[in-house]
Amino acid sequence: MEEKNFICTACPMGCKLIVRMEGDEVVKILGQRCRRGETYGRQEAIAPQRMVASTVRVVGGLHPLLPVYTKGTIPKRRIGDVLAAIRAVEVKAPVKATQVIIPNVIGTGVDVIASRDMPEK
Amino acid sequence: MLTKKQYDVVVIGSGPGGLAAAIEAKKGGADDVLVIERDVELGGILLQCIHNGFGLQTFKEDLPGPEYAQRYINEAKTLGITFLMDTMVMDVTSQRKLYLTSRDLGYIEVDAHAIVLAMGCRERTRAQVRIPGYRPNGVFTAGTAQRWVNVEGYMPGNNFVILGSGDIGMIMARRLTFEGAHVERVLEIQSYLSGLSRNYVQCLDDWGIPLQLQYTVKKIIGKNRVEAIEAVAVDDKWNFIPGSEEIIPCDTLLLSVGLIPENELSKKAGVLLDPVTGGPYVDEHFQTSVPGIFAAGNVVHVYDLVDYVSMAGSEAGRSAAEFALAEKERSARYIPLVPGKNVRYIVPHKLDKQALENGDISLQMRVTKPIEEDVWLEVHGEENSIVRRSERYVRPGEMVTIVLKPKMAAEVEKAGRLTVDIYPKSEA
Amino acid sequence: MQEKYDYLVIGGGVVGAMIARWLSRYEGKLLLIEKEADIGMGSSSANTAIVHAGYDPLPGSLKALMNVRANPMWDQLAGELNFPFERRGDYVVAIGEEERPLVEKLMQQGIKNGVPGMVMLDAGEMRSRERDINPDVSGALWATTGGICDPFQVTVAAAENAVINGATVLLNTKFEDFIWEGNRVIGVKTNRGDFFARWVINSAGIYSDAVMHKAGVRPEFFIKPRKGEYFIFDRAEVQIHNVLFPVPSSRGKGILVTATLHENTIVGPNANVIDDKEDTSLTKEGMDELLDGAKKLIPSLNLRHSIANFVGLRPMGNGPCYTPGINYNNDYVIEVPSSVQGFVNLGGIESPGLTSAPAIAEMVVDLMKDAGEEFVAKKYWDPIRPPRPRFAHMTHQERKLLCDMDPRYGRVICRCENVTEGEIIREIHAPIPATTYDAIKRRTWLGTGRCQGGFDMLRVVAILSRELGISPLKVTKRGTGSEFLFRQTKDLEVSDVN
Repeated sequence: MEEKNFICTACPMGCKLIVRMEGDEVVKILGQRCRRGETYGRQEAIAPQRMVASTVRVVGGLHPLLPVYTKGTIPKRRIGDVLAAIRAVEVKAPVKATQVIIPNVIGTGVDVIASRDMPEK
Repeated sequence: MLTKKQYDVVVIGSGPGGLAAAIEAKKGGADDVLVIERDVELGGILLQCIHNGFGLQTFKEDLPGPEYAQRYINEAKTLGITFLMDTMVMDVTSQRKLYLTSRDLGYIEVDAHAIVLAMGCRERTRAQVRIPGYRPNGVFTAGTAQRWVNVEGYMPGNNFVILGSGDIGMIMARRLTFEGAHVERVLEIQSYLSGLSRNYVQCLDDWGIPLQLQYTVKKIIGKNRVEAIEAVAVDDKWNFIPGSEEIIPCDTLLLSVGLIPENELSKKAGVLLDPVTGGPYVDEHFQTSVPGIFAAGNVVHVYDLVDYVSMAGSEAGRSAAEFALAEKERSARYIPLVPGKNVRYIVPHKLDKQALENGDISLQMRVTKPIEEDVWLEVHGEENSIVRRSERYVRPGEMVTIVLKPKMAAEVEKAGRLTVDIYPKSEA
Repeated sequence: MQEKYDYLVIGGGVVGAMIARWLSRYEGKLLLIEKEADIGMGSSSANTAIVHAGYDPLPGSLKALMNVRANPMWDQLAGELNFPFERRGDYVVAIGEEERPLVEKLMQQGIKNGVPGMVMLDAGEMRSRERDINPDVSGALWATTGGICDPFQVTVAAAENAVINGATVLLNTKFEDFIWEGNRVIGVKTNRGDFFARWVINSAGIYSDAVMHKAGVRPEFFIKPRKGEYFIFDRAEVQIHNVLFPVPSSRGKGILVTATLHENTIVGPNANVIDDKEDTSLTKEGMDELLDGAKKLIPSLNLRHSIANFVGLRPMGNGPCYTPGINYNNDYVIEVPSSVQGFVNLGGIESPGLTSAPAIAEMVVDLMKDAGEEFVAKKYWDPIRPPRPRFAHMTHQERKLLCDMDPRYGRVICRCENVTEGEIIREIHAPIPATTYDAIKRRTWLGTGRCQGGFDMLRVVAILSRELGISPLKVTKRGTGSEFLFRQTKDLEVSDVN
């Protein structure tokens, strides 16, 4: 049996969770005070997910960088690959907020989209 | 180009507080709403907060800062609000006159029936924390670094130590790591985390960045550029614990040691500030101690969630519009009393047309010279006569009174101003 | 480089700048070399900014002579060079009855030095002059000829006037050695090449001992840096109107609490002799010392209201007293040494160095005349250095006119101190160009307010980059090695972040 410790981020309370695992299966979750915490603990123990926010280079825009983010969570262990994919991209202004910059980034099924309008310079 | 000189509501700052205020002011019936922003575009500090966590309450979505701002910017643009960017407000008076300056407009004055102060806050700086050592380059507040990294596109260092476990510091720890820099340590002088535990997990714990509670910076090392900092443990009273010093090599020290509401303009306008919050005293409508001047957002006190800032901004904007409309209506009812022929002055100088319906109004005046014959005393508008009576003589030493009566209200209503002439009957 | 000059001044502090200005009145090619990225970056910009009345230096010393001779020159100087200057008078405040005789003794010393306009005040009078003064005040010396200035503005104004009158100023140019012809100095070697001159003047401040030793002059003379730390207080919270000295001690004039011309209050300096001539670090002990000293004069002073600190090093020399026979060995060295031709030597110009600078410049020229130099006055020497508009100090109407004339004055860059883009651009292209962030800060006072550069720093870096035609990565705070930015965010060799 393995015991994993997490601080829950489902809400600002930050309960300290203990998740007991047998191999890949969650056996018990302790320390949560609500169902969202239980869900979080389970996910975090088996396959932690994160949203990723970063910037891409823009050509001809008001600023040289456009903020972007993953519209949904991706596996935590693949954050580095997502960032590398984002770094490889360059977009041309103008861009509209929520415009898809990288569809289905590294095969996660999640799009990387623009966080704001970026007008031309 | 700025066509108007008089606005119903002027909002200073286009961050979440200002944008929400402007939108609600316009929806609340204010015709002319002006937003003044010192940066080149709208959005305020949200534009550099590219991480998620905004809008959970307002939109039930987890948005990054810029997108949260974009929603408000989009709505504001559809409403016919006037925007001035790259413009600084130099002065605000308690009579709600504003002095603005920008490259395009030069130095101009604008009057407002109501003002919403939404200038946000500034970061506590190095000197206020009084860190010994040199003053090399490489000591920046976390917000300054954030703007460089996220907006201007430059990295202000490669190896960082962050002082303060506030949210901005933790967010930057992750941000810098994402862009290939190395964050060596986060030091926090208190025994507890300053910011949200969610950020501890996702910004520090996820990336193996150590957080040392009850630690601070004892000295900054490096003459031209930071070369290292000397960290030291502290007790509950913030005294250094001897022997706990550690030299941490780095080239940048980021400060995330607190936010201070930015109330320079508020002070100029005569707004009273609460020394505890650092922001204006406000009532439930976010009106300050100066009638017609409202304040919303971080300029009042430091908020934790932007959603609450937007709510405050909306309330302030709504109330500002209400005040502006009442003020406009009230001042529209006033007409000036103008001294005409042989009249030196009249008191009152202006009167509320509506007030005449409720009772007599006495006009008191003096003449410029004695007229020792029968005279007419006449009150008239631009095109109509209101009342005329006679006197045997008039002299400067004796005050003259003319009474306006409620029955004259209808005629007074037609006038934009009332003039009083006194002249001999022989000249009529 | 094989340029031939008549006069070469080593060191661009206030003394070097004043010497250059005074020499620029005469025919001859004049060069001033300064090792830092800007003029006046040493002691000249990190001091208490006082134009001293002259009661403090020992009678018979060159310090006393120069101080008292220079003090009356400042009104004309301020008018010609257009820098801010005010004579508010100095107060030396006696706390407790036992200090009163010390202050009276100081007045006697001032009379001996020839200082005019000194008045003894009783406790009540002093309290009425400064409301928050220590209630144990027993009296004060009021020296009415004392004044305050902005020492950096003085330095840059003098240097610019020299340039207006034909002088060349080379920044980032560091003296390395002399060039000789027998026992005559004919030039200097620097990190940017050799420069030849008929006269070389040593005005190198804290390094003047190293320079004179290279000429074989006064091997026994040494400069020890005396560190002075300062606090600056928020003008909105602390309002001191006067220049307040404590009773002096053997360590010096003591820790002052004084108004400045920027309407701030500063507290300092302490006085600790150190070894490292580059050590301008602020210390915790120093800050504690400053607070104790300040509270002696103004007990209500609260550290919470401080917004900045700075540190200056005074070049304390061991020169013998100018008047032989007096037991004093921290006096100025200002001489044309007999052992070397073509060399004017200055050393140990600490306080009252700022005050004395115009008189020192005159003395240098006189010594050169005595040594046989035949000066020919220029037909057209312009004493005036024109003022530049300061948005912060203008009325609404003046600001409007300025913006109409040049729209760049409409863009405010430093919100706390109201400094505009027009002013910044003007300084970047001034006769002594401001090419670093600190250089602009010293000239315009930007970034010194409550936010300490939080708003303006990014914008100034962008403006410097644009106006100098350099990448933002090359913009520095105080010269090479103090760059702001390391690379572009997306410029990365290492691509993995895990």
